[in-house]
Amino acid sequence: MARDSQAALVALNRFGLGARGGASGDFLNAASDPRGFVKAELARPSGVLLEVPGLQSTAALGKAVFDYQFGIQQARDAAAKAATPSAAEGQPPADAKIQRRNLSLNSIAMDMAPKEPASEAAKPAETRDAAMAPADAMRPNAPKPPPAPLNIIQKTFRAEALARLQRGVMADCGFIERLVAFWSNHFCISANKGGPARMWAGSFEREAIRPHVLGRFADMLKAVEQHPAMLFFLDNQQSLGPDSRAGKNRNRGLNENLAREILELHTLGVGGGYSQDDVTALANVITGWTYAGRLGRLGAPGTFVFNANAHQPGARRVMGKIYSAPDVTQGEAVLADLARHPSTAKFIATKFARHFVADDPPPALVARLADVFTRTDGELKALAMALVDSDDAWKAPLAKIRSPYEFLVASGRLLAQIPNDPGRYLGALNTLGQPLWSPAGPNGFADSNAAWAAPEGIKLRLDISAQIASRLADGVDPRDLLELVAADAASSETRKTIERAESRQQALALLLMSPEFQRR
Amino acid sequence: MNDCCEGLRSSAVSRRGVLLGGASFAAWAYLPKFARAADGRDPRLVVIILRGALDGLATVAPLGDPDYAGLHGSIALTSNGPNAALPLNAFFALHPAMPEFARMYRENKAAVIHAVATSYRDRSHFDGQDVLESGFAGPGRVQSGWLNRALEGLPKGERVTGALAVGPTTPLVLRGAAPTVGWAPVALPQAAEDTAMRLVELYQHRDPALAAALKQGLALDKAAQGDDMRPKPGANGVGAMRLVARGAAKLMAADDGPRIGALAFDGWDTHANEGGPVGRLAQLLGGLDGALAEFETGLGPRWRDTVIVVATEFGRTARINGTQGTDHGTGTIALLAGGAVKGGRVIADWPGLKPNNLYQGRDLAPTTDLRAVMKGVLKDQFGLADKVLGESVFPDSGAVKPMQGLLA
Repeated sequence: MARDSQAALVALNRFGLGARGGASGDFLNAASDPRGFVKAELARPSGVLLEVPGLQSTAALGKAVFDYQFGIQQARDAAAKAATPSAAEGQPPADAKIQRRNLSLNSIAMDMAPKEPASEAAKPAETRDAAMAPADAMRPNAPKPPPAPLNIIQKTFRAEALARLQRGVMADCGFIERLVAFWSNHFCISANKGGPARMWAGSFEREAIRPHVLGRFADMLKAVEQHPAMLFFLDNQQSLGPDSRAGKNRNRGLNENLAREILELHTLGVGGGYSQDDVTALANVITGWTYAGRLGRLGAPGTFVFNANAHQPGARRVMGKIYSAPDVTQGEAVLADLARHPSTAKFIATKFARHFVADDPPPALVARLADVFTRTDGELKALAMALVDSDDAWKAPLAKIRSPYEFLVASGRLLAQIPNDPGRYLGALNTLGQPLWSPAGPNGFADSNAAWAAPEGIKLRLDISAQIASRLADGVDPRDLLELVAADAASSETRKTIERAESRQQALALLLMSPEFQRR
Repeated sequence: MNDCCEGLRSSAVSRRGVLLGGASFAAWAYLPKFARAADGRDPRLVVIILRGALDGLATVAPLGDPDYAGLHGSIALTSNGPNAALPLNAFFALHPAMPEFARMYRENKAAVIHAVATSYRDRSHFDGQDVLESGFAGPGRVQSGWLNRALEGLPKGERVTGALAVGPTTPLVLRGAAPTVGWAPVALPQAAEDTAMRLVELYQHRDPALAAALKQGLALDKAAQGDDMRPKPGANGVGAMRLVARGAAKLMAADDGPRIGALAFDGWDTHANEGGPVGRLAQLLGGLDGALAEFETGLGPRWRDTVIVVATEFGRTARINGTQGTDHGTGTIALLAGGAVKGGRVIADWPGLKPNNLYQGRDLAPTTDLRAVMKGVLKDQFGLADKVLGESVFPDSGAVKPMQGLLA
């Protein structure tokens, strides 16, 4: 087959996470069979799961975070008793504060940096803090005070982040990882909600998203809405049926948060035909959907449980249909019907095409994807295949800008740097406005050029690119990297700009910022 | 030989004499001075690389060459006027942004080598820097530099401590098997303005939406920082040069500090609006001048035994281009400064700037191999043998003899 560099660029950038550097041969492979290159990952469904030694189940993590928080609470109570009554009030949770520590622009690229040779072992620590203080230069090997040890929540979050980043940097094409990120953002939670959310952000994606990325939408929907992370994020563990035993005893009631987002964000979409009555009805239907707490009265701590005592009894009408089952199956039946609703097909197809192809995707493409979604009853692998098979998806110009996550992972791939510490990536994602697993609202991160090609964002990308380049350019030839990124699909202007750069550092920064690298 | 370039304009004989003249100083230079720590001499060597190809004709201007003014046009230095060049001798004058170097030169602690180049004759920065730093005759994927291999060539007991690599990464010139220590004074260099401008240019041609966003982002950034002409402390650029030098000097001044250091300054690729006695290049040269002064101050008593070598990957075109700048050329200058330098001299086998004398009709023709300069410094400063210099430090360079008498 003839080499098609333009199609290789589409395969790698639009569908994947960019070409890997080194001897991967990604660009040549993609150029010789662009669609095959993208689809190859879909043929290896085991590649979607993320099973890394040390990553634990949501239940185990739940137990750990409950115990941890219980210990802190006990310590606080004891301290409050000992001190003045107001002393322990008003302190934000320690972990949220500490998580933000050190996530400055300063620390971004080091993670991508190669292992320092032994002779330079003292360098990173020096580099970090020696700015503006030549006096420090007198003691190049002076030890730094050790940083405070990470707590269980921070350790877990970093381990989960690292596993995801490593997978992204190493994946053959990255199409599956792009799909994971898409669905994870569609069904987002925010790690900033609190300790359990931060603890579960990774396991939520591993357990509720990944197994279904090439499976059925309905299964993903159910797994998501019954996952403790989602129930915690959208407060459903607090929602009590007003007429349930718990509701009466505790004089509390309904919380519509999860029900509204299921309809508005997860399935039908705004304007998808639901009313406030549907929201309220669904909220009632899913009362009792919660997770077991530390004491495990309802089940193993950290597992999904249906609490019949909190469930609002009786039949409910949702989207014109009556659901009368008395237990958890009532809500499961609603979700199953929402999953195959025509509004859902249209909403998902639009969002899918917008993410992969264009802010305003070709209507014909959206229609075809919606049709596939409907005909296959929400087979997500078929949806992905339909996208790759669509000529529209290959013909449309590479007009979208990579999200910060896509940009940073693509940089790591190109520079063949498998991260061994997530710190710099997390810092860079914060700086660029896409903190990992922490969107500002339940609608997830925006998926448009307007969001990511904003002036301050582009300027910061340039700073970050320069920082990456200052650490990594010495061992590479940016002219060779351009061949790996775009080969003869590179524009002559980009080629000239890189060839004429005054140093490898500058050339690499310019390559990372080039349209060929930023657009997908 | 107070003024080694007198009479250069007319005679090939005197041209040739410039280099030979140095030999008379160097009879004792064969002794391994580094091994003679007993006499209190404790030499230091700093290599400063200027990335981007310095315009040697704008830095040390051959005012006495009748073709200079015409070629360098609006950015040519002049011997009079409000920003007159600082005379070094009857033929050459120094850029007015470098008063400290001029003073060192007057004190015989600074010298210029002109019409110098590595063995590289093409015009790629990357490859040129590869050759300059690797010490090999041509570009390649060598992962060690000549300064590191020079360190390796010293008797083990005399390496003292690892050489100092200044900056976020070790420059190639100092990479290799011999131990180095790293120090970077800059927390996070903002992307250099030059990089940003190149990116704006690329976006304007290829991606107008990103061009608009980037331009606005840069403007916001400047507004947030106030006066954008003021050098940002800790950032790349002029202000950082002094800062970097100050820190490096303190490290190298210590009794147990590194004896050898390498650093790199960016931003010398002056394709447009290079400026003459004032302007962009003038700012950079002022930064370099300040850095040299910081080394002098910071090294204290060690300055006496110090040599700083300033080198760049190649020069720039003799004739200015259509945008008041210069393009990639060949011959350029190297600077020596420090108490150990036999200074007060411009050492040049001057090729002249007549059209027929220019390399490929464009560039100052190189008449001195930069390796000869480096070899001469290494030999006199550290007593490295010709064989080591010709085989391992600068491989296959036996034919390039160390320049003699560079050091006092």
